[in-house]
Amino acid sequence: METSKVIHAIYTDDDVLMAAVKKVKAAKYHIEEVYTPFPVHGLDKAMGLAPTRIAIAAFMYGCVGLTVAIVMMNFIMIDDWPQDIGGKPSFSYIENMPAFVPIMFEMTVFFAAHLMVITFYLRSRMWPFKKAENPDPRTTDDHFLMEIPVHGSINDLQALLADTGAVEINIVDKEAH
Amino acid sequence: MYTLSNRLKIFSVTLVLLGALGWFYSYSASHVSLDEVKTMLAEEASSGGGHGEVADTHAVAEESHEATTNSHDAEATHADAAEGHDEHAEHVMHQIHNRPYSALYVAAFFFMMIALGALAFYAIQYASQAGWSPVLFRVMEAITYYLLPGALIVLAIALWAGPHIFIWMDPEVVAHDELLQNKSDWLNTTWFTIRGLIFIGGWSAYRYFSRKFSLAQDNADINDNRNFKKNFRISAAFLVFYIYTESIMSWDWIMSVDPHWFSTLFGWYVFASMFVSGITVIALITIYLKSKGLLEFVNDSHMHDLAKFMFAISIFWTYLWFSQFMLIWYANIPEEVTYFVTRIEDYKLPFFGMLIMNFVFPFLVLMNSDYKRIPWFIVMAGIVILMGHYVDVFNMIMPATVGDRWAIGLPELSAVALFSGLFILIVFYSLSKAPLLAKGNPFIKESEHFHY
Repeated sequence: METSKVIHAIYTDDDVLMAAVKKVKAAKYHIEEVYTPFPVHGLDKAMGLAPTRIAIAAFMYGCVGLTVAIVMMNFIMIDDWPQDIGGKPSFSYIENMPAFVPIMFEMTVFFAAHLMVITFYLRSRMWPFKKAENPDPRTTDDHFLMEIPVHGSINDLQALLADTGAVEINIVDKEAH
Repeated sequence: MYTLSNRLKIFSVTLVLLGALGWFYSYSASHVSLDEVKTMLAEEASSGGGHGEVADTHAVAEESHEATTNSHDAEATHADAAEGHDEHAEHVMHQIHNRPYSALYVAAFFFMMIALGALAFYAIQYASQAGWSPVLFRVMEAITYYLLPGALIVLAIALWAGPHIFIWMDPEVVAHDELLQNKSDWLNTTWFTIRGLIFIGGWSAYRYFSRKFSLAQDNADINDNRNFKKNFRISAAFLVFYIYTESIMSWDWIMSVDPHWFSTLFGWYVFASMFVSGITVIALITIYLKSKGLLEFVNDSHMHDLAKFMFAISIFWTYLWFSQFMLIWYANIPEEVTYFVTRIEDYKLPFFGMLIMNFVFPFLVLMNSDYKRIPWFIVMAGIVILMGHYVDVFNMIMPATVGDRWAIGLPELSAVALFSGLFILIVFYSLSKAPLLAKGNPFIKESEHFHY
């Protein structure tokens, strides 16, 4: 397997981490990844990640759910086996529509929510029994880890990171995946 | 500090004068006699509708009247067809007489409702000790300044119009209506007036003290939060008082125009309407003041939060509207469903149009997170939401008072002009009375640095 050198800088406070990320970015280093025990507000912007498009995906999933609900209820209640409920045997979807609104709503939410989670897993390349990519188990507790690939001078980078308040700076060989 | 400019003063006074003029004109024009109505109906029958001011199709005439506007017809006996025709003409005459009163009442209620909704929003900010909103407190306080005059005007119009809006205020009708006789312990003019005064007294007392403590907190020592704490306590107490009185107010001032009909979630429904209208006006006035270079401490994130509220409460309103509609539609009990039959038959455009303005439009326009930070998007959605909620109040009052003789014409538009002028004058007068930043509020730093 091909390997590359990366630096792991470990922090113990999210505010210090945020300041460090900004400093490292300002010094024109590429931050490969930051591992945190909880979501840190504004970190994505500081790291310069592209804004998420999950909202657009969610809207489209919702539209799919709405369509499925309409087609499904039309088939079940109007086409396949017309039913007389509450004295409304009109055999017309539009005239019975108020009765189907709760289903239309629920299916919209159901599709948006589930497909959004599935999309998130796919985009994060996560599946059951996958080996964790997390390089240090302490980042699931109270530590923050910044991963920077090493190109060129290690010493400059180490000095910069020490300056930002990192409590630990490790150089590791990382397997490419 | 904001100063009320002469231009705004002249603008709002002009609105008031034009509105008053237009309304009085339509009021005097509405005094038609029975013979005139008969001629008019005969003409309509021959020409098949298409009459001047009343823009609705009148082809459905007799039957739908009987099924729908319940109150006036409660006494009708219909011995024979000829008598029935006379009664119909008289009925239409009453509806034409009622229209200016109802138009005035709808507009007065709509602007009162904005102030009351903003007051509830303000009290929630205090009771929840919200950290994001104190920079907006002076805007909210200014809007709620309209509540006392606005609510007194609503009550005054209700009492002055009497049976023109509230059929149960007519002893002649009550004498022939057993249901109304049974309800007369609650629905009688004296008790109605006393209740109204209790509501207005309670709301205004809270508003008065809350504003007083808010101003006192500005001048207090940095470590002295007593005024804030007092405000916190009275806000929590007010919210309890508010949710009861708001609910009863909605039965009294709106639901009792159809005194045979009732809905148990009506109070919530009206609350959602006033809440979203209040929040929208807070957002619109904030954007207006920002465009004048004031409120420099209000940032994008505050606007984003207000727009989120506009979005969320619009959906909440729809949820309540639909909950009320679906149960009545599904159960299909005649005395309940008549409410929606009237509206769908005679008010198709405002009834379904309101759903588009209050739900579909703000839902689609304000869904995207980034758009909630763009002022012109908020203004566009806000104006549609406000118009939609005006139509909502219109749909709640008009079918009971003018039946299918409705239109949005001179009396309605001039009543809106009259009260919008008054609203602008009073709100911006109040804005000019205190600094625009509630600097003594213990959360003011958090609010100024609020960032999302």
